Amino acid sequence: MSDEELRETVLSILSRLAPEMDVHTLKSDVRLRDQMDIDSMDFLNFLIEVDAELGVDIPESDYPKLATLDSIYAYLREQPRRQA
Amino acid sequence: MADFIMPVLGADMKAGELVSWLKQPGDAVQRGEVIAEVETDKAVIEIESMFTGTVENLLLQPGDKVPVGTVMATIQVEGEGPIVAPSAVPPTAESPQRVGRRRETGVPSAAGGRLRISPVAQQLAAEKGVDLSAITGSGPGGRIMERDVEEALTARVPQPPRPPPADRATRMRQSIAAAMSRSHGEIPHFHVQSVIDMSRAIEWLTVENSRRPVAKRMIYGVLLVKAAAVALRKVPELNAVWAEDHVEPKPSIHVGVAISLPGGGLISPAIHDTDLLSLADLMTQFRDLVQRARSGHLRASEISDPTVTVTSLGEQGAETVLGLINPPQVALVGFGRLTERPWVVEGRIEPRKVIHVTLAGDHRAVDGYRGSIYLAELERLLQEPEEL
Repeated sequence: MSDEELRETVLSILSRLAPEMDVHTLKSDVRLRDQMDIDSMDFLNFLIEVDAELGVDIPESDYPKLATLDSIYAYLREQPRRQA
Repeated sequence: MADFIMPVLGADMKAGELVSWLKQPGDAVQRGEVIAEVETDKAVIEIESMFTGTVENLLLQPGDKVPVGTVMATIQVEGEGPIVAPSAVPPTAESPQRVGRRRETGVPSAAGGRLRISPVAQQLAAEKGVDLSAITGSGPGGRIMERDVEEALTARVPQPPRPPPADRATRMRQSIAAAMSRSHGEIPHFHVQSVIDMSRAIEWLTVENSRRPVAKRMIYGVLLVKAAAVALRKVPELNAVWAEDHVEPKPSIHVGVAISLPGGGLISPAIHDTDLLSLADLMTQFRDLVQRARSGHLRASEISDPTVTVTSLGEQGAETVLGLINPPQVALVGFGRLTERPWVVEGRIEPRKVIHVTLAGDHRAVDGYRGSIYLAELERLLQEPEEL
């Protein structure tokens, strides 16, 4: 998966969680929680969708590494994908 | 034969509007199956059947206003006799139909036959003194609809220009305003508060989640909801409703969880038998409920059945929540922010994750003494998360 495809997949998941907002306007270096009205349930749903679409089961201990879009992209690029 | 009745869908909800029928006459229906969708000020609500049987008559059409208590359809019940719908209410001033009505509304016509007329149209005509014999119905088979009566009224009396209909967000605020004004005006609230050490619960949850795939993980809010429900067993008078001049305890614990909605506003649907669910099942139901609340697919029983409300605003930054009770309930539990604080443990100061919890109680139904016992039980339960 290319970096562009990865970005689009992540943004697509976020847009389903927050259909009322244009996720393409999110600043990639600013904390998501400062830009979106999301709570822990939304965040867990995001992780479940990431797992389902990208085959990456993110452990709870890594949650702090997922604060911004840039850090999410970087993290996901480094993770091995589960084979379907 | 049983009546399919428009249930109560909130403290100050008087009526909804039928959006669609999901069953037709002759269709089989199971108890709990959704028959109709009704739009309220807060959401489109799916109305379930309280009976298993066969749909006989549909008495309203999409677009009709549906006051609480209206008979919407009749169902030929299979097996045992009808089960009384728990959320059915006696007719109110807004209810055009008595609960026992079993056939479409009919009134004598000038020709001596029966006029076909919708319940809402009949009520409106009666209130305004409209001569039904002068109206030609625009509904199927000449059925007189509400709009026909309104047109007759418009023709009779010069009408001031109507304000445009309020949008969903405005109606949501109006609905919340009505319920919370009633709460603030009628209920003598008291508040009691505790600060609870959550360290052990969070540590337990971290270990538990590390064993689970992401789709099976839990959020700490589930521990709070479960503990809040189980603690009610010790102080059952908090799991009740106030009925005019006395308290009515509820046999089952259905926690209404406050859920913020996209575009503003909130709704507090029930998780049925909250205290009996495992944490895993509670998490599954909680996730499903949040998703459906935010996409507008709640069921009538989820709106009408909460026996207590739990709200958590800690993630938004509030340290303490001093809530208003949702009438006719008599209690609301509010959780604030999970924060790390210096905490004295066996004579030593240690950093601990703590949370402020506040109980709002209706002083007509319960006293602060019992409220304090409830909070103590809640704290005890959260020190033993593996037992929840």
